[in-house]
Amino acid sequence: MAAVPQRVHLKFLVNGEETPVSFAPYKTLLEVLREDLNLTGTKHGCELGECGACAVLIDGEPHLSCLVLGVECEGRRIETVEGLADGAELHPLQAAFADLGAAQCGYCTPGILMTAKALLDKDPNPSRETIKEAISGNLCRCTGYQQIFEAIEEAAVRMKP
Amino acid sequence: MSTQGKLRVIGKARRRVDGRAKVTGLTRFADDIVLPRMLHCRLLRSPHPHAEILEIITGKAEKLPGVHLILTGKDFPVTFGIMPVAQDEYPLANGRVRYVGDPIAAVIAKDEQTATEALDLIEVKFKQLKTISNPEEALQNPEPRIHDYGDQGNIHRIQSYEFGDVDEALAKSDHVFDDLFFYEGNTHLPIEQHASVAAPDGEGKLTLWSSTQVPHYIHRALARALQMPASHIRVIACPNGGGFGGKCDLHNHEIVVSRAALKLGRPVKICLNREEVFYMHRGRHPVLMRMRTGVTKDGKLTGMHLQTLLDGGGYGSYGPASTFYTGVLQTVTYELPRYKFDACRAFTNKPPCGPKRGHGTPQPRFGQEVQLDKIAEKLKLDPAELRLNIVAKPDTLTANWLKIGTIGLAECIRQATARSDWKKKFRKMGPGRGIGIACSSYLSGAGLPIYWNKMPHSGVQLLADRSGQVTVFCGATEIGQGSDDVLAAMVAEVLGMDPYDIRCVTGDTALTPVDLGSYSSRVTVMMGNAAIQAAEKLKAQIAEAAGEQLEVIPSRLSFSDGRVFVTENSNKSLSFKEAVEFAEVKFGTLGAVGSYTPPRAPGRYKGAGVGPSPAYSYSACVVEVEVDQATGWIAVPKIWIAHDIGRTVNPVLARGQVEGSVYMGLAEALMEEQVFRRLPPKMSHALVHKIPSLLEYKSPTSLDMPEIDTILIEDPDPNCPFGAKEAGQGPLLPVMPAVANAIFDAVGVRIDELPITPDKVLKALELKAAGKNPRVGPERFPLVPYPKSIFVLPPWEGGDGKESKRDDAVAVV
Ligand code: FES
Ligand code: FES
Repeated sequence: MAAVPQRVHLKFLVNGEETPVSFAPYKTLLEVLREDLNLTGTKHGCELGECGACAVLIDGEPHLSCLVLGVECEGRRIETVEGLADGAELHPLQAAFADLGAAQCGYCTPGILMTAKALLDKDPNPSRETIKEAISGNLCRCTGYQQIFEAIEEAAVRMKP
Repeated sequence: MSTQGKLRVIGKARRRVDGRAKVTGLTRFADDIVLPRMLHCRLLRSPHPHAEILEIITGKAEKLPGVHLILTGKDFPVTFGIMPVAQDEYPLANGRVRYVGDPIAAVIAKDEQTATEALDLIEVKFKQLKTISNPEEALQNPEPRIHDYGDQGNIHRIQSYEFGDVDEALAKSDHVFDDLFFYEGNTHLPIEQHASVAAPDGEGKLTLWSSTQVPHYIHRALARALQMPASHIRVIACPNGGGFGGKCDLHNHEIVVSRAALKLGRPVKICLNREEVFYMHRGRHPVLMRMRTGVTKDGKLTGMHLQTLLDGGGYGSYGPASTFYTGVLQTVTYELPRYKFDACRAFTNKPPCGPKRGHGTPQPRFGQEVQLDKIAEKLKLDPAELRLNIVAKPDTLTANWLKIGTIGLAECIRQATARSDWKKKFRKMGPGRGIGIACSSYLSGAGLPIYWNKMPHSGVQLLADRSGQVTVFCGATEIGQGSDDVLAAMVAEVLGMDPYDIRCVTGDTALTPVDLGSYSSRVTVMMGNAAIQAAEKLKAQIAEAAGEQLEVIPSRLSFSDGRVFVTENSNKSLSFKEAVEFAEVKFGTLGAVGSYTPPRAPGRYKGAGVGPSPAYSYSACVVEVEVDQATGWIAVPKIWIAHDIGRTVNPVLARGQVEGSVYMGLAEALMEEQVFRRLPPKMSHALVHKIPSLLEYKSPTSLDMPEIDTILIEDPDPNCPFGAKEAGQGPLLPVMPAVANAIFDAVGVRIDELPITPDKVLKALELKAAGKNPRVGPERFPLVPYPKSIFVLPPWEGGDGKESKRDDAVAVV
């Protein structure tokens, strides 16, 4: 068996930047982001699609990056937590999460932030129930979720024009 | 400790000092570390629960291109274990495996993929041994022994303590309640899987970055495991992506990557996969309990005899401490004149159990609080009133010689019942709906370290220089609970600074003074006290220099908002930076240290070291449930929790700790269980883990969580920094029994074992419909060969805290 599989070379649009990358074709998007692009902000808790820690946005939709192959993402628009802030200015979701205790250990946080961003991009006034539904695939072991709900609601308020 | 004056930082709701890093993805967890020339490690784990290893054939794996090193038990002749009394593990199996998942060999390769392929090429020949699946089997089968140490046969620890003559107390009681309870094991499930990176530095010394809650203990234990001087080892605790007790052991993989890195002269990383995290475990012990409690007709406790039987799994871990903790804290919540406690921990062929949030105390707490509900029912008393009448008194000793300081429990009960409208709801909610109450208490730090010594439990060092910066160094470990924020807040409060202007360097054994780690809810109290001491010393130097400049005595100066000024004339002031410059001129380079050692506990008998704490926190919890009588499904619309926190350091974080505890308690009440099953005899009859995946190990999602009403009760404790007690574990404890009691209120059935799943509720409802005892729970308690008790007289019976004879008792009035 060949221990060194060949590499593929392709381009993603990562956080608004055209990003060429070469990687072993068996790699998931999660692995490509973390290992080949050094974007370690995206986390993992299972690599089986069960925890939501690896959620990123692909063409604006939340996806579990551990379930997507890197080769499937050629030319697609990928957003990770590293791209959420505008320069030094935190995204309102980030600011609200930090202010309201929605990130305790912070390990589930990138996945939840990205999932919440997709929600607010579509629905700027989500109800508590909609928020619960939207992040129901993201496990958080620290907070009990309540401060996360509140932070998403607060971010929605802060984002009002 | 220092609590005078108006507080400007302590008690204010703030963004935590490390909050920005956490929301930008910049917090560097262990698996985020990438070093040049780094190799990757994977472990081969046992597929058998108990077997002898006859041969390990690694030839094929060694030849796989990209493989750099293969290690087996031969490379690790020395045992290890986190407690000095339980050195019973090998980093890689030494001829014997004791649970499915016990590590056997390690491959270090150029990448994870290659290492994983190589694992498949290693051949291991086993001789399977008889397996022990639970403590009863362990008691019945002293042979073959899983370990050749321990109190007897397959019993790891067995012990008995009696504080006053309990049988006599029970005989004189109006009623004696005799109940059996079972608490199933469950696991921590931090979302971060354990990861470690080991690397030799330029001098050939070792650095280990790891997801650990206890870098100091790891540092000590690693030096022994590697047979290397501790001065050549540096352990850096990365911020943990959740710990909950699961990252408190020295783990096999930490030793393996360290050895590999030293051998290869290159960095080596490992990150466990989720299945391996389940095998690593060290979680909640399954505990069977028998609790006999005497009461007077008006609901006062007269005595309690608690027996526990713990399923320890395949190794010792923190088991000796866990065994004590299934009993020692039963006395600090309510007045209990006499108490007897028998405990036994058995070895079984399952992943080792250890400390999980609440360490050993949630199990007996569940039993005690459900039993109190039964007592109230029988005596026709309101269970909240019954508890209010027996709350322990402040500044007293308990029957087992624990010193209680402040106690805010009565206020917790009053607030939780008032906010939940308890009086209007209890026994009045109608069919299928109910409300339940339970209380608890917990340590704010263990009074003794896990290895015997008289040195400080926490040390803090401060650096201040002419730039106006202040850096604080402490071995404490950030596991999400906010220890860095507490550290910065304490120093900022004393020095009149903004906490965001203080730099925290923590959890690094090469740079930071020893702190014993993030366990037993000890950090706020111990690190906090050390930090205040250091900051007060630095403040005194700065005040002396500033006083000279401002021509006042130092005691007339105030430190606030980054300035040092004359208290009654704030126009006479210096900036903090200027004041530090003058202090540097006067004293030379500035620095200060502080340290903290808990007060000596009054108990003098052997075993009195487990249970003492500088302060106990208290909680009261009210839970509302709706039970669907057709399906047994339990819905929880709302939970009220009142927690005696002493003083709140940062309300945002305190609330998070309390709600996170309630979440985890509710999870244990309703769904979490780490269970095993036997394969059919034709398939080896082996004992396997039923659910080593996140999908099947049920934990609550955002959709499952009820609204939580958190009430923080502030009654500053003089032993604590600015009066602050713990908040991260105590509030978990009352949730499980409050749920069970609410279910009784709703449908009149008792579920005396956890988790309370719909099938158990249905079964109990069927029993009820058939006119039988509507209870589901353990039916019998096996014969356990508990030894003769160590007898100690309670303080009020003439005891002196030492072991004594039964007839030394003086008459009790
Ligand atoms: S890592 Fe858990 S869902 Fe992707
Ligand atoms: S903050 Fe720790 S897992 Fe969510």
